[in-house]
Amino acid sequence: MIATGVRATARIVAREDGRGGTALPVLEGDGPLALRRTRASGSEARVMLVGAMSGPLGGDHFAVEADVESGARLRIGSAAATIALPGQAKGESRYDVRLSVAEDGELHWLPEQLISVHGSDLHVTTRVEVAQSARLVLREEQVLGRAGEEPGRLTSRLSVRVAGRTVLDQELACGPGAPGGWDGPAVLAGHRAVGQLLVVRPEFTREPVAARMLGEHAALVPLAGPAVLVTALATDGLRLRRVLDEALASLG
Amino acid sequence: MSRGALLVLADGRFPAGGHAHSGGAEAAVKAGRVTGAASLGDFCRGRLHTAGLVSATLAAAAVLGVDPVELDAAADARTPSPALRVAARKLGRQLMRAARATWPSAELDALAREFPKGAHQPVVLGLVARAAGLGAEDAAYCAAYESVSGPASATVRLLSLDPFDATAVLARLAPELDLVADRAVEAGRRVVDEGVDALPCASAPLLEIGAEAHAAWAVRLFAS
Repeated sequence: MIATGVRATARIVAREDGRGGTALPVLEGDGPLALRRTRASGSEARVMLVGAMSGPLGGDHFAVEADVESGARLRIGSAAATIALPGQAKGESRYDVRLSVAEDGELHWLPEQLISVHGSDLHVTTRVEVAQSARLVLREEQVLGRAGEEPGRLTSRLSVRVAGRTVLDQELACGPGAPGGWDGPAVLAGHRAVGQLLVVRPEFTREPVAARMLGEHAALVPLAGPAVLVTALATDGLRLRRVLDEALASLG
Repeated sequence: MSRGALLVLADGRFPAGGHAHSGGAEAAVKAGRVTGAASLGDFCRGRLHTAGLVSATLAAAAVLGVDPVELDAAADARTPSPALRVAARKLGRQLMRAARATWPSAELDALAREFPKGAHQPVVLGLVARAAGLGAEDAAYCAAYESVSGPASATVRLLSLDPFDATAVLARLAPELDLVADRAVEAGRRVVDEGVDALPCASAPLLEIGAEAHAAWAVRLFAS
C-alpha cells in the first residue's frame, strides 16, 4: 500500500543562444515527467513532455515550470494525453503549471488532452506571467471521462497576467462532488470535452480582434487586455481539437 | 443597520434596470437548453454556483472596504465575454443612478466619477449596500439572489412558464443560496487580507458562449 503520492517537478528554462536560436540551459525531468528536446524549427526550441509513469493518481502532486527568457522562443507539447486516475493513496491529486515569458519572448504551450477518469480527483492550476512585449499561445483541453464513462472530479484554474495585470482568472469545476449545476444548461449541458485557447500578442492592443462565434458551442472573445480567448465545448476530444485548431489558424 | 433597507435594495422593483436582462436565460431558451421548470432549476443552480458566487464575493468584498477599482479589474478578468462585461457595466451604471438618489454617499459619487461608463454591477452593489448601512452578508445575499431571480422571471416571459413554477424553482434553491452567501462572505474577508486573487473565479462556459451568441442576434427580448 502506498501511503503518499508521487511528488515531481519538471523544469525548463529557454534562453537566446546569441546565434539566432534558443538554448535550453535547464531541461530537468523528474520521475513521471520526462522531457525530450526535439528538432528545433528556426529560432524556436521544441520540448516534448513524456509521461514516464501513469498518472497523476490520487495523492500525486506533479508540477511543470517553464521560463522563457527575453527574446527566446519555446514550444512545449506532450507525447500523449494526461490521464487523471484514482489511486491507492487517499485524497486529491494536483497538477501545477507555472509559465513565464519575458520581454520579446514567445511560448507555445500545447499539451495533449487531460482525461478525467471516473473516480479520480484532480486539481489543475495553471499560472502564466507574460511580459508586455512577449507572446503566448496556450491550449487546454479537458475530456470528462473515457468513452462512455462518467468523469472523475476535476477542478481547473487558469490565471494569466500580462505586464503584471490579470487579464484572465477562471476556474471550471466538474464531476461528482462539484458545485451543483455543473452539467446543466448554464455550464456544460452534457458536453464531455471542454477547451480553451489563449493567445497573447502585443499587437492586439493596437488592432483589437472582434468577438465571434465559432459554431454553436464555441466563441472567440477579446479579453480586457492584449489577449484573445477561445472557449469551446464539444461532444468529444477530436471535435474539440478541430475547433481550437481552426480558431488558432484564423488568428494568423 | 436597517433590515428594511435590504428589502428596498433586493426588491425586483428597485429601479436599477435589471428587468431588461435575462442573465443568459434568453440564449439558453433559444438554444433549447431551458425548456421548463426542471431545466430552469438546473440553469439557475449552475449560474448561482459560478457567476452568482463571483458576484456575491465581489459585493461582499466591496462592503468590507476593498478598493473598488481593484475589484472591478478582477471582475473583468473573471468575465471573458465582452458582451457580459458591457452588460455588467450597464447594470452598474443604472444601479449607481438609482442608488445615488436613494442613499446619497461620497463613496458612490467617487466611484461614479472613476467609472463614467459604469463599474461592474456587483462592485457598485457592494458600495450601495455600504451607503444603505447594510453589511457584507446582506450584499452577498442580494447578488446571489439576483443571479437566479433574473433568469427565473425572464423565463416566465420567454416560455410563458407558470409564475408559480418559477417561484418554486427559486424557493428550492434557498438552501444553496445560503451556502453561496456564506462562502462569498468568507472569501470576501480573505480578499481583505490577501488581495483580489483570493476572489473565487468559478466559470460557466455556456453562459460566456451563450452571451456572445445572444449579442449577435438582430432581434431579442432582453439586453443580455
